[in-house]
Amino acid sequence: MSINHPGDASQELVVGGPAAGAPEVIEVRHGAFGAHDTGDTSGFGGLTRLVQIAGSSPRPYGGWFDAVADILAEDLAEAGLDQAIEKVVVDRDELTLFIRRQDLVAVAQFLRDDQDLRFELSLGVNGVHYPGDRGREFHAVYHLMSVTHGRRIIRLEVTAPDEDPHVPSLVDLYPTQDWHERETYDMFGIIFDGHPDLTRILMPTDWIGHPQRKDYPLGGIDVRFKGASTPPPDLRRNYS
Amino acid sequence: MTRPDQTVIDEAAEEYVAFGGDWDEIAQEMTRRKEERVVVNMGPQHPSTHGVLRLVLELDGETVSETRPALGFLHTGIEKTMEYRTWVQGSALATRMDYVASIMNEAGYCFAVEKLAGITDRIPERAQVIRVLMMEMARISSHLVCVGSAGNELGGTTLMTIAFREREQVLRFFEMVTGQRMNNAYFRPGGVVQDLPPEALGWLKGVYKSMVRGMDDFDNMVMANPIWKARTAGIGNLSLAACMALGVTGPMLRAAGLPLDLRKDKPYCGYENYDFEVCTATTADVYGRYLVRSNEMRESMKIVAQCIDKLEAMGEGPVMIEDPAIAWPAKLEIGPDGQGQSYEHVKEIMATSMESLIHHFKLVTEGFRVPEGQAFHAIEHAKGVFGVHVVSDGGTRPYRVHMREPSYNNLQSMAALCNGGTISDVVVCLASIDPVMGGVDR
Repeated sequence: MSINHPGDASQELVVGGPAAGAPEVIEVRHGAFGAHDTGDTSGFGGLTRLVQIAGSSPRPYGGWFDAVADILAEDLAEAGLDQAIEKVVVDRDELTLFIRRQDLVAVAQFLRDDQDLRFELSLGVNGVHYPGDRGREFHAVYHLMSVTHGRRIIRLEVTAPDEDPHVPSLVDLYPTQDWHERETYDMFGIIFDGHPDLTRILMPTDWIGHPQRKDYPLGGIDVRFKGASTPPPDLRRNYS
Repeated sequence: MTRPDQTVIDEAAEEYVAFGGDWDEIAQEMTRRKEERVVVNMGPQHPSTHGVLRLVLELDGETVSETRPALGFLHTGIEKTMEYRTWVQGSALATRMDYVASIMNEAGYCFAVEKLAGITDRIPERAQVIRVLMMEMARISSHLVCVGSAGNELGGTTLMTIAFREREQVLRFFEMVTGQRMNNAYFRPGGVVQDLPPEALGWLKGVYKSMVRGMDDFDNMVMANPIWKARTAGIGNLSLAACMALGVTGPMLRAAGLPLDLRKDKPYCGYENYDFEVCTATTADVYGRYLVRSNEMRESMKIVAQCIDKLEAMGEGPVMIEDPAIAWPAKLEIGPDGQGQSYEHVKEIMATSMESLIHHFKLVTEGFRVPEGQAFHAIEHAKGVFGVHVVSDGGTRPYRVHMREPSYNNLQSMAALCNGGTISDVVVCLASIDPVMGGVDR
């Protein structure tokens, strides 16, 4: 296995899309075993590893990705929203569009209604919490499928800062987003503005906190066995 | 809009909260007051809510005026737990979601991890065929539970016994192959845990005909049954447009006429090499959904037969990726005590090679690393489009796993199916969605 590094900083600017960019470093990790509280007995304490989010990919993206990106860019330019797409990432045969938060609804509207795009089927939204991505801690990730055009799947990613975890709701465009946005609110505390009934769905209504955030502990108790005890999973040594 | 006299009525109306007690008295009191509107809590322990689902039904006489599903009773934080376990262990967690088609969950998870790790093309052919075989058996099992329990809920216990009799064959096969009837954790990123036992295919061929005959029995007894037709035809209508808006997929969508089946449209795991039809109906009602499921089971049986042929033709071969960084070195083997690891392997790591021991230990406790990034893989689950979104930070554990569960999504259509219908159709509509709460709540 080799780590893919999509996007090379030396790539040239591309017309009609954002520049190819370097990956964004969100965390620097030291050592091999993730142990920070004890002395380094492994000899691997000097290791450094960067955790990165892919930078934008250079053209051509390949396959149908270019056509979709071009048509969408055209629609957005007509609507005066040239800056709506922050970056385009092509990785593992998947197209990801990072969308400026305030333009999400407009972009989704074009993706759904333009006859050359027609992403009619929403596969829901998912949150990802990157505490190290300063000012963009919460990512809302959408997957849309085009039934008309060969069941293509496209991914939209929108970010929101920790202090202001608001993302516009897509319920008006895709009614199926209703429960998915409620779940993401429940698990991450991302507030979907314009959702008709943004309440908890899986956790009890009086629950405090949002369990899928990275700073929310897994919980658990020691496992005792014949005098020795094993700490709960979130306190065990991890190798990340 | 409130009518001028509305407030007066509302003020006059008394609120009854019933905790058990004598329903007769409440009903009599309501008759006396001529109050028709009543809010009923169906579940969470109601036997026909397919698990622990609570439906808040607002009734106007016999008519349902509002349906609100309340979920979360079976929420176990599977997605969160996965973040604290290795990539391989995730398979044992995923299998516990939709426990009626547990193999499907493992499949979706493993395909997504393989895509993320970039090893999709290196999975051995034999493993892929075994996976298709297991997935189709799981689809049959899931559909049988769906149609059988629906029959039971409509008062026909025989329908359930026929369906469960055939499902038992599937579970026996699973037990023979994986050691367990459900929660198999048989698929792992990179392949499957172990090859089929030598007697498995012969056994499956032996019961094949009787399974098909069982499906015929079921068809004769159910799909042509006038009572069944009266209860299901024209009930719970959900048009194609409504399905698309609500993101409803699977048999419900195909019953509305759209042949969306990812096995055909975006083939994975070698589905392009099998000959089968996508089953559809045009009625968009409950009857159509069962018709689709019933036909799909036969198509699945066709795929199973093709898998058996392929496996027999291809002979022995690896069932796990040949990459020592991913595949566990140990082979399972039945010892004198009926279980255990391969004697050869134990001998090697305990007596011969220190390096093998270290490798085994590191791979099992630490796990393998998956390059950072994200991937999404959608499969055609028995219930609809099952999408798995996995994110890696380059470590040995998932950074985030999210399942787009078809049951969870499809359950949203409850209000669209039930509102305006009679209360007797609520159970029929719910059963036609085929939700499994383990998958819905995760």
